[in-house]
Amino acid sequence: MKVSEIIEKLNLRVFGGEDGLQNEITGGYVSDLLSDVMGNADEGEVWVTLQTHKNVMAISSLKELAAVILVTDHEPDADMLEQANEEGIPVLGTEKSTFEVSGELYQLLK
Amino acid sequence: MQVKYQVEGGDFTSAGYASSQVKKLLKQLNVAPKVIKNVVVALYEAEVNIVAHAYRGVIEVELDPQKITLVLEDEGPGIPNIDLAMQEGFSTASPAVREMGFGAGMGLPNIKRNVDDMQLESQVDKGTRLTLIKFFNA
Repeated sequence: MKVSEIIEKLNLRVFGGEDGLQNEITGGYVSDLLSDVMGNADEGEVWVTLQTHKNVMAISSLKELAAVILVTDHEPDADMLEQANEEGIPVLGTEKSTFEVSGELYQLLK
Repeated sequence: MQVKYQVEGGDFTSAGYASSQVKKLLKQLNVAPKVIKNVVVALYEAEVNIVAHAYRGVIEVELDPQKITLVLEDEGPGIPNIDLAMQEGFSTASPAVREMGFGAGMGLPNIKRNVDDMQLESQVDKGTRLTLIKFFNA
């Protein structure tokens, strides 16, 4: 499934990183601890988090993640968004909680 | 082949720069993707440790046909008890650093898991020197 498809199905907001909307998704990872994501997430996964700073994009890029979903109406900091656009990694948003959006994402990807 | 990067303590906006450069370099050299992933995880954590704990540091990268050697040397508070620092979950990170999602005490154990050899030497009130080796055929 592509990032553009989950945006449509989960009704996600697109903050930036549109160059990566055709990225293929291999799975998901849910965590607000950056070292946890660094150590355990895999290439092609969608990262669900409430962290909104630039280091989120550094990790997404190093791990070659497909996209980031910010939960509960969190919005990316300006420098996070800037790096998302540079790297072409979509930063998406939802008003839903981590629990809800992860459950829906799991249903789509399982 | 040798490359050097400077790291400023407290500067979270540029954390990950050296890791990203080294990743590009290893890709150009056609190093196996699994090995690149391991090196990137280890180097990123080590880079963030300098940013989160030290005043400034230098990362020296040495590449030869068999392996990559990373030496991260910082000026900083040092680590009084290395065994304790190596324990999963132990951290001395500030509340501000923890709020960013760092400082969960996972960094050093993550580093150890991803390299073939890790040497950590530290002097309190002087600084810390971390040497990491990863073989390409491992």
